Amino acid sequence: MSKTYYDPADLRKFSKITEWGEELGNKFFDYYGKVFEEGALTAREKSLIALAVAHTEQCPYCIDAYTKDGLQRGVTKEEMMEAIHVGAAIKSGATLVHGVQMMNKVNKLDG
Amino acid sequence: MTKVKTQSLQKKGSDLAQSNKQLEILSNGIFQNGELPTFKAKISETSQFPLKAKKLEILQINVGYMCNQVCEHCHVDAGPDRKEIMTRDTMKQCLEVIKTSGAHTLDLTGGAPEMNPDFRWFVEEAAKVGIKDFIVRSNLTIIRANKKYYDLPDFFKKHNVHVVSSMPHWTQGKTDKQRGDGVFAKSIKALQELNAVGYGMPDSDLRLDLVYNPSGAFLPGDQMSMEKDFKKALMEDFGIQFHNLFAITNLPIARFLDYLIASENYEDYMYQLVEAYNPAAVANVMCTNTISISWDGYLFDCDFNQMLELPVNSKSKHISEFNEELLEGRNIVISQHCYGCTAGAGSSCQGVVA
Repeated sequence: MSKTYYDPADLRKFSKITEWGEELGNKFFDYYGKVFEEGALTAREKSLIALAVAHTEQCPYCIDAYTKDGLQRGVTKEEMMEAIHVGAAIKSGATLVHGVQMMNKVNKLDG
Repeated sequence: MTKVKTQSLQKKGSDLAQSNKQLEILSNGIFQNGELPTFKAKISETSQFPLKAKKLEILQINVGYMCNQVCEHCHVDAGPDRKEIMTRDTMKQCLEVIKTSGAHTLDLTGGAPEMNPDFRWFVEEAAKVGIKDFIVRSNLTIIRANKKYYDLPDFFKKHNVHVVSSMPHWTQGKTDKQRGDGVFAKSIKALQELNAVGYGMPDSDLRLDLVYNPSGAFLPGDQMSMEKDFKKALMEDFGIQFHNLFAITNLPIARFLDYLIASENYEDYMYQLVEAYNPAAVANVMCTNTISISWDGYLFDCDFNQMLELPVNSKSKHISEFNEELLEGRNIVISQHCYGCTAGAGSSCQGVVA
């Protein structure tokens, strides 16, 4: 039994999910591969988006994977940190914008 | 603050300065317990073992391990403290081979080949032979290291030398981290001087190519994309032009192996190499069309095998007894470091191979 919920070595086993559900697993990996191909956005831009989302999702596997992917593409640490701030800004903005809902409710109940 | 490296593993008396220690590490652990397949087992899956040498195309001559830099990931463990230098007598033996060989490319490497006292004599003599592609692997900073090297761009031009130079990134931070403080600024200046005499210009026959190898424990990205990014950044920031970028994978030997172990990245890196294994790259690995000649005249399948002291598997073992017919068809000597040349699009001194 693993002593922690997350083991970095598990990332290497990701493809094994197809062993317990081949059709859906393969469909997912086909889709995943296609998404990250060069398109209207460059693969480099997609990698930075993935890194930002990896942080907002707080997925340790994805953070490891897209940090390494960025390094392989020559992405600098400054670019990586800026991307994460974009994710963080949206995440905090998404929290704060709900403050309007709170204000609306206060105004309705106690205005 | 970037670290300043001043000594080779050999000078430091590190265990990893010994090739047998490196080979031991590459054969033990994850490769011994079956966690990862050995390179021999892997190429056997596609019936590519034994790997055989084809017709000789490239003569790569290492004229010495002395270098003005002590790069973090140097597979040669080169540095100012290395004294192994090719003599003029051995160069004369190489010239005889160059004259008679069917190879179309001559590739001088080091260390910093320019630091060999007979370097200019050798280039002048070799250029007279009229080999199709005459490469010198210059680390760039040597051009700015001392007044006696300032005229190297003109010297290279005079002999129509194809200059291939290392550049790990288009930013100072990443370059200096790998190659030492101040290397980026000097490299930029040297590239501008090479451009000034005509090297690397779009329609110029004076070839200037850059070599990119990653600054850490990760594999190189797509060569074409990297070339595009390098060209854009070097042009916008410094007005520098060059022809092609060769993306080269760091092989887990010498100082890079030392770095992988010290940073606890060794196993992950070997996993990356094995997972990226590409059987299509095996067919074109450079050892199948190259002979690497060491400073003391011994023959190897590649520069990496030279550093691991794995001589060619042939009766023709030294430049004094060079026999192209005997060397063709020889079995290439392999170990787990060979995964570095077969990962992804493959890797060679001329970049990707698949």
